[in-house]
Amino acid sequence: MTNSIADLEQSDCFLITGTNTTENHPVISTFIKRAVTQRGAKLILADPRNIELAKFATVWLRHKPGTDVAWINGLMNVIVSEGLLNEKFIAERTENVEALKETVKKYTPEYVEKITGIPAEDLKKAARLYATSPASAIVYAMGITQHINGTDNVKSLANLSMITGQIGRPGTGVNPLRGQNNVQGACDMGCLPGTLPAYKKVVEAAERKPFEDAWGTALPDKPGLTIPKILDAAEHGTVKALMIMGENPMMSDPDLDHVEKALKKLDVLVVQDIFPNETTAFAHVVLPSTGWAEKDGTFSNTERRVQRVRKAVQKPGEALDDWQILSLIAGKLGANWNYTSPKDIMDEINKVTPSYAGITYDRIEKAGIQWPCPNTEHPGTPILHSAAFTRGKGLFSVCEHIPPAEETDKKFPFVLTTGRILYQYHTATMSRRSKGLVSRTPDAFIEVNPADAEKLGITQGDMVDVSSRRGSIRVSAEVSNKCDKGVVFIPFHYTEAAVNKLTNKAIDPVANIPEYKVCAVNVRKAK
Amino acid sequence: MVLTIDGIKCEFTQGQTVYEVAKENGVYIPVLCHHEQIKPVGACRVCVVEVEKARSLIASCAMPAEDGMIVYTNTERVLKARKLAVELLLTQGHHNCITCESSGNCVLQDLVYSLGIDTPRFNEPEKLKELEQANEMIVRDMNKCVLCGLCVRACNEVQVNQVLDYAGRGPTASVGPAFGLTYENSDCVFCGECVRICPVGALIEKQGRFKGRGKDLELVRTTCGYCGVGCQMDVNVKDGKIVKVTTPREDAPAPNNGSLCIKGRFGYDFVSNPERLTKPMIRVGGELKEATWDEAISYVAEKLGSIKKQSGPDAIAGFSSARCTNEENYLFQKFLRAVVGTNNVDHCARL
Repeated sequence: MTNSIADLEQSDCFLITGTNTTENHPVISTFIKRAVTQRGAKLILADPRNIELAKFATVWLRHKPGTDVAWINGLMNVIVSEGLLNEKFIAERTENVEALKETVKKYTPEYVEKITGIPAEDLKKAARLYATSPASAIVYAMGITQHINGTDNVKSLANLSMITGQIGRPGTGVNPLRGQNNVQGACDMGCLPGTLPAYKKVVEAAERKPFEDAWGTALPDKPGLTIPKILDAAEHGTVKALMIMGENPMMSDPDLDHVEKALKKLDVLVVQDIFPNETTAFAHVVLPSTGWAEKDGTFSNTERRVQRVRKAVQKPGEALDDWQILSLIAGKLGANWNYTSPKDIMDEINKVTPSYAGITYDRIEKAGIQWPCPNTEHPGTPILHSAAFTRGKGLFSVCEHIPPAEETDKKFPFVLTTGRILYQYHTATMSRRSKGLVSRTPDAFIEVNPADAEKLGITQGDMVDVSSRRGSIRVSAEVSNKCDKGVVFIPFHYTEAAVNKLTNKAIDPVANIPEYKVCAVNVRKAK
Repeated sequence: MVLTIDGIKCEFTQGQTVYEVAKENGVYIPVLCHHEQIKPVGACRVCVVEVEKARSLIASCAMPAEDGMIVYTNTERVLKARKLAVELLLTQGHHNCITCESSGNCVLQDLVYSLGIDTPRFNEPEKLKELEQANEMIVRDMNKCVLCGLCVRACNEVQVNQVLDYAGRGPTASVGPAFGLTYENSDCVFCGECVRICPVGALIEKQGRFKGRGKDLELVRTTCGYCGVGCQMDVNVKDGKIVKVTTPREDAPAPNNGSLCIKGRFGYDFVSNPERLTKPMIRVGGELKEATWDEAISYVAEKLGSIKKQSGPDAIAGFSSARCTNEENYLFQKFLRAVVGTNNVDHCARL
């Protein structure tokens, strides 16, 4: 997030898109709902599904899945044509606005309505609300990113914030909600193929150098492979060994048949985890590790706040913390690591990671600190980009609407979109072993619009077969108005109806994120 | 602006209540239906004070401070009224502290004790109400409810879930979901905000019942392991086991200010699930067989070493985890880059 969670309570207007916030970030949704119900903040919701927040929305833009660039460009078209731009911000803080204006020219509300299904008048209303409110915040999640043009979707939101100057101040910003407890930290720590800790580029000798000095070895200068490409390489036999620490690709990755083929081809698959799961079933070595309740360390949350994790109970059996397991393997391969505790590791992180330099255990004993925090006197940074952007001036990128990789046809007439639900979490290895959570949602389901259900002869609770070009699953029908006609939704938590057997492994060329939010399926009553 | 409380001159700013000014200046006024995150209603009358020139006693939690006001918090008249208010609260329901999970952590119990009410003055009421315990998360014991309304207001003002409300009048007044539905059959999403805020033992974490309370529990402050909000919570531990997860009732820290969702508050029991992996395993003849750490680590190191030798470091790759700590993620990429020699490291950020 460019801004902070608490900051949301100061917003006058929200543009919320691609996040089912009340289910997936419930506590953040309370800040938004309070602002709307108690302070009269406006809420623009752009979401294909009739989610809980629609009840709180001032305007609800219900677009067809996979048309985000079109409606965002449409908002900017209205803003330009009605003169609602923030000329001062554009002049002082940005460049390339003319190219953007030229691009959005054709995205008139009427043109956008044809692509997205959003009524032209609603689009105009939303554009005016967002542009003219004193402080407007964009909040998004994977409904924006999990598309073959996910990068363009995010750039378009950035364009929108800059053209109106709704960034760098309290209550504004472009705020991605991160879905996992430490996805922010895993990125910050360099668990990405192109970047070292603090996003230092592996291809830049000068950026590699401090790490080579600290670690006492030359480092590879060629960017590595992302997860989808590692799996492709495994299938083709060029990657032969895979180490997995606390991930479950046999549930979480698209096109599971392909994932299975890839994992089976490996010479060695090593998995560190806390439960046997769909991926350990293919492992050559399984190493028992510990969960959050059993170890010390830190997580970095969605607002870049680094907070302590503390050991509350003993680890089970012979399980070891993941850092201990890594130290053992590294030692066996000749590395001279001497970490005796997570604090030792954080001391090293402080030295080599400029944005974490001032975030020591002593300082975060009582309350977390938000990076960047360059030294131990620095209070942390609640709002990014308040005086300048990382590259100096904000660059308007030109993005055009492109259709999803797979569109509906006669054989596969429904758009399938996937996601999470309130009562489960990711591949459900933890949440389906929690009594209370299981009691709320024991089984997988597919949301079907009542009109579609009637046509297909499906009633509430019927078992239906859902198939795509890649596979088929059987799941029970939840007939409701949550999905529009022609769209169905299935959560990805359930192994017995693993929706990622159906999803498309087409990826965004820049971020390599798979298009989980759109693929074509057929739905029929099970015989 | 200045007012006087028990003879102490207290400065205040426009909009502060008498209770807030007293608290800031170290003058103790007990409250029951009041909470710092919720709009005051002055319902329970426990916080009454005497104000010079005012006709009646005044609920300090809801009374805006005024310049020149002279307030007494501890006069005989105040104590008598406060005691009566608590005695009346006691008549409603059945307040059995012996088995109550909130014993030692209960606002009503503290009030009764500090006011020296050794025998309830008014008679015990009608027969006991049945406990609502059909769901796996929350037990509702309406015998202990004092109708302070904090659960209703927390549900509507803090979480904005709009599930709980008041119903009935006089002796039949109650709080709960619409139409007398149970939590389970209502729109309740089991965030547990009402449990956190309940000042008595009427709303209780079900899984923690009879497993330890108050002084028996060690509270370990940590960060929730589910989504990316990073809620701060206290794991309540007794005899090496998690009894429940709670958040501070007052002065709760950012980013969640004491709020959680069902997963954070009630989704911890997987930790002690018997299916947990407890021993290293190596696949032998198609099956995973238990091994020692030494065997497993040697096996991994040998495989990685020989693959690196034969096919180069880029034939090795690693998936790190958004579930693991910063320290572990740091070491994971350091391992792949500095020990193996490849940048083939990624994690589930996209998934």
